[in-house]
Amino acid sequence: MKANNMKKFLLALLFAPIAALANSGAVHLDKAPDVQGDQAALQSGAKTFVNYCLNCHGASYVRYNRLTELGLTQQQVKENLMFTAEKIGEPMRVAARPAEQKQWFGATPPDLSLIARSRASEEASGADWLYTYLRSFYRDEKRPTGWNNTVFENVGMPHVLWELQGQQTLNHESHKLELAVPGKLTPAEYDKQVADLVGFLVWAAEPDAGFRKKLGFGVLAFLVVLFGFAYKLKKEYWKDIK
Amino acid sequence: MASDTQYEKYKSDGSLQGNALEWFDARFPATSMWRGHLSEYYAPKNFNFWYFFGSLAMLVLVIQIVTGIFLVMHYKPDASLNASGIPVAFASVEYIMRDVSWGWLIRYMHSTGASAFFIVVYMHMFRGMLYGSYRQPRELIWVFGTLIFLCLMAEAFMGYLLPWGQMSFWGAQVIVNLFSAIPLIGDPLSLWIRGDFVVGDATLNRFFSFHVIAVPLVLLGLVAAHILALHEVGSNNPDGVEIKKKKDANGIPLDGIPFHPYYSVKDIVGVVVFLMVFSIILFFAPEGGGYFLEYNNFIPADPLKTPPHIAPVWYFTPYYSLLRAMVWPILGIDAKFWGVVAMGAGVVILAFLPWLDRSPVKSIRYRGPIYKTLLTIWVISFFILGFLGTKPPAYAFFDVIPGAPIAQILSAYYFLFFLTMPWWSKIDKYKPEPERVTFK
Repeated sequence: MKANNMKKFLLALLFAPIAALANSGAVHLDKAPDVQGDQAALQSGAKTFVNYCLNCHGASYVRYNRLTELGLTQQQVKENLMFTAEKIGEPMRVAARPAEQKQWFGATPPDLSLIARSRASEEASGADWLYTYLRSFYRDEKRPTGWNNTVFENVGMPHVLWELQGQQTLNHESHKLELAVPGKLTPAEYDKQVADLVGFLVWAAEPDAGFRKKLGFGVLAFLVVLFGFAYKLKKEYWKDIK
Repeated sequence: MASDTQYEKYKSDGSLQGNALEWFDARFPATSMWRGHLSEYYAPKNFNFWYFFGSLAMLVLVIQIVTGIFLVMHYKPDASLNASGIPVAFASVEYIMRDVSWGWLIRYMHSTGASAFFIVVYMHMFRGMLYGSYRQPRELIWVFGTLIFLCLMAEAFMGYLLPWGQMSFWGAQVIVNLFSAIPLIGDPLSLWIRGDFVVGDATLNRFFSFHVIAVPLVLLGLVAAHILALHEVGSNNPDGVEIKKKKDANGIPLDGIPFHPYYSVKDIVGVVVFLMVFSIILFFAPEGGGYFLEYNNFIPADPLKTPPHIAPVWYFTPYYSLLRAMVWPILGIDAKFWGVVAMGAGVVILAFLPWLDRSPVKSIRYRGPIYKTLLTIWVISFFILGFLGTKPPAYAFFDVIPGAPIAQILSAYYFLFFLTMPWWSKIDKYKPEPERVTFK
C-alpha cells in the first residue's frame, strides 16, 4: 500500500465509529417543520400551550413578559395568555402544586420549559420527537385514560388535543394509525397547529437561541478580520527567520 | 530560562517611567522574568501545528476561570426543590441561561470550554508522544503534565455534577459507587466521599467547593510547575534534537528564536483560529450533538428514576471503556474494583512513558516502522474505546459485531503498547537524526 492509500485507509478506520452511528434504528420520527422565524406560528403555539398544556405542565423558567419577544405587547399577553399568574414578570407556572399533582396523576407532569432539548437524541431533534408524539395518540381501552401512543408507549397523559385531532386507532396488522373519528380540524390543520405548538416549545427551551445564532455570525466575521491582521503580523515578524 | 542565568537589573534613562521601572526592578524580578520567560527564552524555530496546543490550553484555562467566576455569582449549589418542584441548582443554571444578562454566553463558554479543554489537552499530549517531548531531560515536565491531566479529570467530573441534571446525578452516582468495590474500606469510603447514602445536597456542596476552589488551586500550581520546568530545560521540537547543543558566540542557540515576539505573534494566529472553531460550536451547536451537553441533562436530577443508559461525557469515555472492560472478579475481589484499577492505571501509566521508551531518537520523524504502526493503532483504538464508552455495553457495530469484546481487546492493547515499549522501542529501526533542526 502506498503512503497515500495507507493514510486514506487509516482515516476510514478512524471514522468507522461515526458510520456505525448512522446505523441505529428506532421508532421513525417525522421531521418537524421549522417555524422559528415565523412570529404568527409561535404566537399560535403559545396560545395552544396556554390553553391545553399549562393546566398541568408548567414552563417555570419562562416568564410571561418574555412572550413579548414573539411580537406581542404586554397588554396582549396579559389579556390573552395569562391565566395562572398575576404579574407579567412571573414564570409560567401551573396553578396546582407539584405534590397535589402527584396525588392526582400518580406522577408529577414534567415541566416543559426544556422538553424540546431533553427529548433530542442522536436520531432526531427534540422537535421531531414532540411533533411525532403529539400526532401519535390512539384509542386503547386497556389504558386507564383510554389513550396510548406509538412514540411513548403506555404514556400517562391522555390525548389532550383529541377534540382537535379526533380519535385515531392503531391498525395492528399494518402498525399504522388510522383516523376513526374526525376532529374539529382537518389532518393538515391539526399538523400545522402541532407544528406551531412544537415551535413554541423549541423557542421556550432557549429563548435566546435566535439571537445567539445572529451574534455568532457577527463574532465569526470579526474573527475572520482579526485572522487577517494576525496572519499579516506573524508573516511580517517571521520574514527574517530562515 | 535556565535558573542560573543572571539578567542585569534595569537602569533608568532618567525619565519618569524609567525611574519607576528601576525602583520596581530593584525590588522584584520584573526584567529577569520578562527576559527569562519571554523575550530571551529561546524556543526552536521549527515548531509546527502541534505546538499551538500548549498556549491554547492556557487560553482555555483562563476562559474557564473567568467564566467560572461569573457563573458562581448566580449559581446555587442547592438540591432542595423550589416552588415549582425543581431542584434549586438546576433552576439556577436555567436562571443563568435566561434571566442573567449574557448569562447564556458565559454558561456556554464554560460548558464548551470544558470539552475544548480536553480536545486541546489531548492534542497537546499527543504532540508529546509524536516528538518524544517526554524524554530526558523533560521527564518532569511530562510528569507534571499527567498530574494536570488527572486534576483536569477531577475538575471536570465534579463540575459536571453542578447543573444537577439526570446525567450529572447518575454519572456521579455510578462513579462514586465504584469506590465501594474496594475491599474492606470501600463502603465507608464511598459514604465519606458522598457525605450521604446517595448523591445528595452534601455531595453537591462539597463537589462545588472542590470544583471552584481546591482543584483549580492545585491546577494553577501544577501549570506553573509545568511551565517553570519547561523553561528550565527548554522546549523540544518536531525533530527531537537539542538546540542547546549548537550555540553562537553569545551563547544563544543557533536554531532558537526569542519566544516573544516570534511565538507570541504566531500563537495569536493559533488563538484566532481556535476561537473560530470554538465560536462555531458555542454559537451554532452548543450541545455538540449531545456530546458536549448531554440531552438527558436537561432533565432535573431525579434520584428515583434511573436513566436507561448512563454515559459519561465524551472526554471520559476512553477511560470508561477501560473500566468496563474488566468483567472478571480476580482474587475474589469484585470486577468493579479491577475496573477502577484499570481506569486509574490507564492515566497513571502515561506518567511512566519517559522511562518506558528506550529509543535512541525522540521524534517520530526518525523512528522506525514499529513505532509508527503501533502508535497509529493505539490512536485508532483510543478513538474506538472512546466511541464504545458512549454506548451501552450491549452495543454492536452495524448491529452485528459486538462492542464489548472489542473494547476488551483494545483495552488490553492500550496497556500492552506501554508495557512492551521498553522492548520494541529498542529493536525498532531508526533513521539518523539531523545535526540541526529542519526548517522550511
